[in-house]
Amino acid sequence: MSNEFSIEVHELTKKFGDFTAVNEISFNTKKGEIFGFLGANGAGKSTAMKMLCGLLSPTGGMAKVAGFDIYKEREKVKSRIGYMSQKFSLYQDLTARENIRFYAGIYGMPDKEIKLKTSELLDRLHLHDFADVQIHSLPLGWKQKLAFSVAVFHNPEIVFLDEPTGGVDPVTRREFWEMITQTAQAGTTIFVTTHYMDEAEYCDRISIMVDGRIEALGSPEELKRNFGARSMDEVFIQLARPTADKIG
Amino acid sequence: MISIKSINKSYGAVMALNNINIEVSKGEIFGLIGPDGAGKTTLIRILTTLLLPDTGSAQVMNKDVVNDFRALRREFGYMPGRFSLYEDLTVSENLELFASIFGTTIEENYYLIEDIYKQIEPFKDRRAGKLSGGMKQKLALSCAMIHKPEVIFLDEPTTGVDPVSRKEFWQMLKKLKGYGITIFVSTPYMDEASLCDRIALIQDGHIMSIDTPNKIVSQFDGKLYAIISDKKHGLLKDLREFPSARSVFLFGSHIHYTDKNEELRKAELTDYLKLRGHDKIEILEILPVIEDCFLALMGNLKDAAHV
Repeated sequence: MSNEFSIEVHELTKKFGDFTAVNEISFNTKKGEIFGFLGANGAGKSTAMKMLCGLLSPTGGMAKVAGFDIYKEREKVKSRIGYMSQKFSLYQDLTARENIRFYAGIYGMPDKEIKLKTSELLDRLHLHDFADVQIHSLPLGWKQKLAFSVAVFHNPEIVFLDEPTGGVDPVTRREFWEMITQTAQAGTTIFVTTHYMDEAEYCDRISIMVDGRIEALGSPEELKRNFGARSMDEVFIQLARPTADKIG
Repeated sequence: MISIKSINKSYGAVMALNNINIEVSKGEIFGLIGPDGAGKTTLIRILTTLLLPDTGSAQVMNKDVVNDFRALRREFGYMPGRFSLYEDLTVSENLELFASIFGTTIEENYYLIEDIYKQIEPFKDRRAGKLSGGMKQKLALSCAMIHKPEVIFLDEPTTGVDPVSRKEFWQMLKKLKGYGITIFVSTPYMDEASLCDRIALIQDGHIMSIDTPNKIVSQFDGKLYAIISDKKHGLLKDLREFPSARSVFLFGSHIHYTDKNEELRKAELTDYLKLRGHDKIEILEILPVIEDCFLALMGNLKDAAHV
């Protein structure tokens, strides 16, 4: 295995009793790549993501994240990744500054560096005036941008984003994706799930999971060409539920 | 069926709803479209008698949401944004409970929910808390419909649901409309706008526009262009720096662009992009979608706030 890949997954499997949630999936992601991880609800995305974040043991196959084995080196995996989800990411009753310090501290960053980078970050997000208010009072869009910045604050090799833009207004959603693109260009791999199919187009490559398996993998252009579709929405519908048009 | 007049609602210093006026006719699918925090849930909670407006009034089926709240609660159907069925009752127990509370039986109005309920019937002895997201959503809709309401309020029924399940859910709503039921539904997904008869675009407690989806699209100010080149990442920045650019937004595989001039000088823009190293440039005039309108209206709202 070479180390040009930030994530290497080979026949990764997770069974719960008789039920196979993730069924022999294989893929690699490159450094600085934006990798879209799509699939219908219940297709196995969350289970796969939990394994890659070192939160759940696989029942088969292998995977390396940031060069570390997800069976044996789970703590090392955790220290080299960032994670953000729509539902939980920041502590609502801490301020922006406290949230940053808390997460940076967990990842073992030195105090001096935390102070310096906090100031830079608050500048970049135009958040200086609001740095010391509890974040539950901030608009959702600001919170999500701050949550993303906190998730990449310790400069992880990979950041996992689980529906990061759910419910966010269309302007902020686009600003968020510009942040993602810049972060990827600086070399961090972005592993992202979304239900917005226009966002699938912003990814370098996409995988689509159906019933625990990866049924399609490629760039948006390749997938559209292969499926004879004009948009990612059409690709998704063909794959995720071939009978969708017949129901109702 | 629903009449909302000058409703205002504040939470402390935050104005959650600012002078809301909406009329919904019988049998309409009316969509309230906007992001989280826009005021959608506040408005639905006022219409379902769970929250009092500060000022203004609203009637549902000719009954006042404040004065006639007891009578109203027996009539409308309501599917809240958060799953609020009894998780430790089974699927069929939940449905029976809702039927008996409203003084009816499952059999009496079964035809209304048959298509939806059939899909979860194989799991009718499973506790509701153990259902998948999609199944919970179908059960919640069944429970909200079992007393055959004339009006149903759905608060973000498709949030967090994948695109295919969302399409299926809207097919169910179309069917309910066929029975003459008035549907008031909120959603953060702009692409669901076209499935409604009429929509209101809501942001920061303001209704920015209210009309049929087609009319809203036809009111889009100026011409819209979809632009693409071989340099995906640089294109956004370069277009923003084009002197006559008015708005530049990422939009899936393309960038949506409007120009300050009435007529875009395509050749000029092409030359400008070539000079900045772009190739395979395509500039195509397109029809806007609701999200384009929402983005433009958000810009106006911001400008108005700064005046």
